[in-house]
Amino acid sequence: MATRTIAGKTVQVNDEGFMTNPAEWTKEIADELAKEEGIDCLTDAHWKVIEFSRVSAKDSGKAPTLRTITTGAGVSTKELFQLFPKGPAKKVARIAGLGKPEGCV
Amino acid sequence: MKKLVILGAGTAGTMVANRLVRTLKMDKWQITMVDKDPVHYYQPGWLFVPFGIYEKKDCFKPKSKYIPSQVKMLQADIQCVEPENNRVILADRTVLEYDYLIVATGADIYPDETPGLNEGEWGKSIHTFYSMNGAVALADKLRNWNGGRLVVNVVENPIKCPVAPLEFLMLADWFFHKRGIRDRVELIYATPLPGAFTKPIANKKLSYLLEKKNIIVEPEFMIERADPDAKKIVSYDEREVEYDLLVSVPLNKGADYIGRSGLGDELNYVPVNKHTLLSNKFSNIFVLGDASNIPASKAGSVAHYAIDLFGENFLRHLEGKEMHEEFDGHANCFVESGFGKGLLIDFNYTVEPLPGRFPVPGIGPMKLLEESRLNHLGKLGFRWMYWNILMRGQSMPLPATMSMAGKWKE
Ligand SMILES: Cc1cc2nc3c(=O)[nH]c(=O)nc-3n(C[C@H](O)[C@H](O)[C@H](O)COP(=O)(O)OP(=O)(O)OC[C@H]3O[C@@H](n4cnc5c(N)ncnc54)[C@H](O)[C@@H]3O)c2cc1C
Repeated sequence: MATRTIAGKTVQVNDEGFMTNPAEWTKEIADELAKEEGIDCLTDAHWKVIEFSRVSAKDSGKAPTLRTITTGAGVSTKELFQLFPKGPAKKVARIAGLGKPEGCV
Repeated sequence: MKKLVILGAGTAGTMVANRLVRTLKMDKWQITMVDKDPVHYYQPGWLFVPFGIYEKKDCFKPKSKYIPSQVKMLQADIQCVEPENNRVILADRTVLEYDYLIVATGADIYPDETPGLNEGEWGKSIHTFYSMNGAVALADKLRNWNGGRLVVNVVENPIKCPVAPLEFLMLADWFFHKRGIRDRVELIYATPLPGAFTKPIANKKLSYLLEKKNIIVEPEFMIERADPDAKKIVSYDEREVEYDLLVSVPLNKGADYIGRSGLGDELNYVPVNKHTLLSNKFSNIFVLGDASNIPASKAGSVAHYAIDLFGENFLRHLEGKEMHEEFDGHANCFVESGFGKGLLIDFNYTVEPLPGRFPVPGIGPMKLLEESRLNHLGKLGFRWMYWNILMRGQSMPLPATMSMAGKWKE
């Protein structure tokens, strides 16, 4: 598995740049990954989603689905698409240091 | 007498009832089952109905034929569970008290949750194969369809049998070839996931199939609404996909009574320990089959392996012993790929589908993650096994947890 240095910290990543060990994640890493996803500044609304997703993933062992995020973090799907344009499920997962949302194959 | 109530007599409920009448001392137990529908559907068969491979009559049997005689079967809609009072209330106000409860009411489709889907065009230009009636109506449609853009859309995950939409598309490719109109049909797969295959090795090994069959993927498509008049689906990020025929896999959810009883998550699935299937909140409620929130595929094969391990664990739990935290999310699914071929995938919570041979390492005869004629025959043969082995509560001669033997990582 490859490693990468993000915000001064060396972390494990997969081929597509998703972190593979959520424990290595820091808020600084989130800032940096957000920029790569085209989000220049993470606002409180972003953080609410990111923090909820990390707690949810800790329980379930996988990145949350959009519905889990909208119900759990109290944002609407429309808002989520505004906060993380074009594919929020994947973007939130990447920025929050969680694996990519996956199907079974 | 101790009382056990089993809610739902589908795949999981039927399997577990047949196991328990053999393992429990039946002079000390009273088992009651509840299901609203007297018909047991073989849901994997619904995939084949639209293409005329199976007919409706090939996909169902009366439930009563598979319920053990020692079990009392009630036909009723479930109103709610009162877990604090250890009782179930049925729609006709019957009250069932229990010492232990098994929830096995599965998941179902909710087309009303997506605006535009279940309106005037439902059954006309908008179809589904995720119900018996839907599959039959789609067969009528496809028999005479003159071609155009066929879009398969998964509204939201998780869904039952997550590979079924892809299988549908690969079978559609074959079906329209056979009908001589493949050149007049576009096949499009609009999925909320980042691609048709999301696991690295499966992606590498199987992407060629979609290219070969000319199936176009529209990834990360989260449908907001269907526009039945303009014949297009619109995503939350305002992408539009036009169709002539929309085959929808509507939102899948657990039963409404689960929500009413305060037992469910946002999709009415019951949170459980993923290794023991015991409810997180109530130590006398187990959840088997699609009704739980375990991060495994919602598939009959998963229910079967889970129930293999549940049997012994339940006895330990009754004696007050620790349960073995054993269930690993093992799934083993045949995947139709069209033209008389199929794939076989074997995986669990942590190990992705890998190439190899199954079930005998090095020998097979089934090939994992590779197309073969035998895998297709396996899928068709599964129907016999379902009714005659699984629904009789017999075990398949296979270990319940996944094995790495005979697999390789490339
Ligand atoms: C198109 C399709 C293809 C599939 N292909 C495959 C495959 O190839 N391989 C595979 O392993 N799996 C496949 N599956 C999945 C498989 O069918 C399910 O995972 C399996 O049936 C789940 O079993 P269950 O007992 O949890 O739910 P079900 O078998 O759905 O049973 C639930 C039961 O609960 C009853 N019920 C629900 N609500 C209530 C209520 N309120 N009151 C009373 N009764 C109620 C229902 O009537 C039903 O009998 C497929 C599914 C579909 C839809």
